[in-house]
Amino acid sequence: MGSIVSLIAVIVLILIAYTGVKAANLHFLFGVVIPYAAVTVFLTGFIYRILKWASVPVPFRIPTTCGQQKSLPWIKQNKIENPSSPFWVVVRMALEVLVFRSLFRNLKTQLTDGSRLVYGEAKWLWLAGLAFHWSLLIVLIRHSRFIFDPVPSFLHILEQFDGFLQIGVPVLFVTGVVLLVSVTYLLIRRFFIPIVRYISLPADYFPLFLIIAIAITGIEMRYFTKTHIVGVKELVMGLLTFNPKTPEGIGWIFYVHIFLVSALFIYFPFSKLMHMGGVFMSPTRNMVNNSRVKRHVNPWNYPVDVHTYEDYENDFREKMKSAGIPVEKE
Amino acid sequence: MKIYNSGKVVIGLIIFIGLVTFPFFYNKGKAIAKPEPKIDTPAIMQLQDKKCVEPRDFMRAEHMRLLNDWRDSAVRDGKRIYVNSEGKQFTISLQNTCMHCHSNKKEFCDRCHSYVAVKPYCWGCHIEPKENKS
Repeated sequence: MGSIVSLIAVIVLILIAYTGVKAANLHFLFGVVIPYAAVTVFLTGFIYRILKWASVPVPFRIPTTCGQQKSLPWIKQNKIENPSSPFWVVVRMALEVLVFRSLFRNLKTQLTDGSRLVYGEAKWLWLAGLAFHWSLLIVLIRHSRFIFDPVPSFLHILEQFDGFLQIGVPVLFVTGVVLLVSVTYLLIRRFFIPIVRYISLPADYFPLFLIIAIAITGIEMRYFTKTHIVGVKELVMGLLTFNPKTPEGIGWIFYVHIFLVSALFIYFPFSKLMHMGGVFMSPTRNMVNNSRVKRHVNPWNYPVDVHTYEDYENDFREKMKSAGIPVEKE
Repeated sequence: MKIYNSGKVVIGLIIFIGLVTFPFFYNKGKAIAKPEPKIDTPAIMQLQDKKCVEPRDFMRAEHMRLLNDWRDSAVRDGKRIYVNSEGKQFTISLQNTCMHCHSNKKEFCDRCHSYVAVKPYCWGCHIEPKENKS
């Protein structure tokens, strides 16, 4: 159900851009106004979400550790899994962000023979996730040929590696294929693994369909119908130099592509896609495990009025004496 | 709104904003001219019918695929005659057909290619034309 709603939403988005450009000639709206709005919403929304998270106190040390804590000198500490200094937190975080270390430990839990609980390896999610994120990053960097002039030289090196197989003309970029295959796997797994299907919501399907649509329109423009690429760069450079224009001869697919990307950027701060910033804010990952070394005071602690026994006795000494209760001070 | 660990959060946000807005600052104040490939070589000027092997829009979008097909047909199949959409015949040859008219690689090919950072591997096998730098 959730998947159908999301798919319809993406199709509606495509139709909006298609009719807007094809029938209503709203090139300026889809090529200039919406992209600007998208970047604005993305930036402000992203900053707002991060500041909102940062305003929540995390008074206790709650890193999730799975290694030996720093202890006596003859006990070997697992510095990455149980960091006791900021440096090792950075190492741990970098490994988490770059190679999804905690996902690598993902396990499959199953009951076999009716009652025997078995844990098995489950690396496919990790592999597809890693392939998806890295290829998406490389695809994004590859787009820098539209946003820089002159184009920095590292782009040629990147493209040389990416187009290493030299299939067809324009050369097939491996990351484009890997992106589409891995994101399709991430979608299909939500359909076919019953447990995952049960917990999947429209908010899970929508970004997947959106990214698939973006990838397909992009691949379509590069390898099949071809867009007026010089015009596209003119449009993008116009946006970046605040001198917007919409050159003639750019096909509608480009406008669909940029509209879907704008939709993704606008959707970003309101959705689970915020894990991009959120991963750095996760207290279970970004904290030093030094709770046995340093005292961490709860920031919302307020001074508590303490009524000591001494005060108590001072208040009630006479009554205590007359009732025959022993007192410490006469 | 109290921000905890504000130092680290602000550094992270500045890096993030810097990355997102970098293209705006990089291109700030630049007037980037759109590339105008030149088609005024002597060979073209002598042509009565100033037409490439296929219509302009097709060439603009598909010249790379055409060249690739030409390579396959000439080098792999040994066919050196191309019949275009109007039924005219052309010799399949980069250096003798394409570059005969477009003898100005720097002002024709390279204009758009360097604008959108395309490095075709034509010149991995073919000898790059030596042009006067005037």
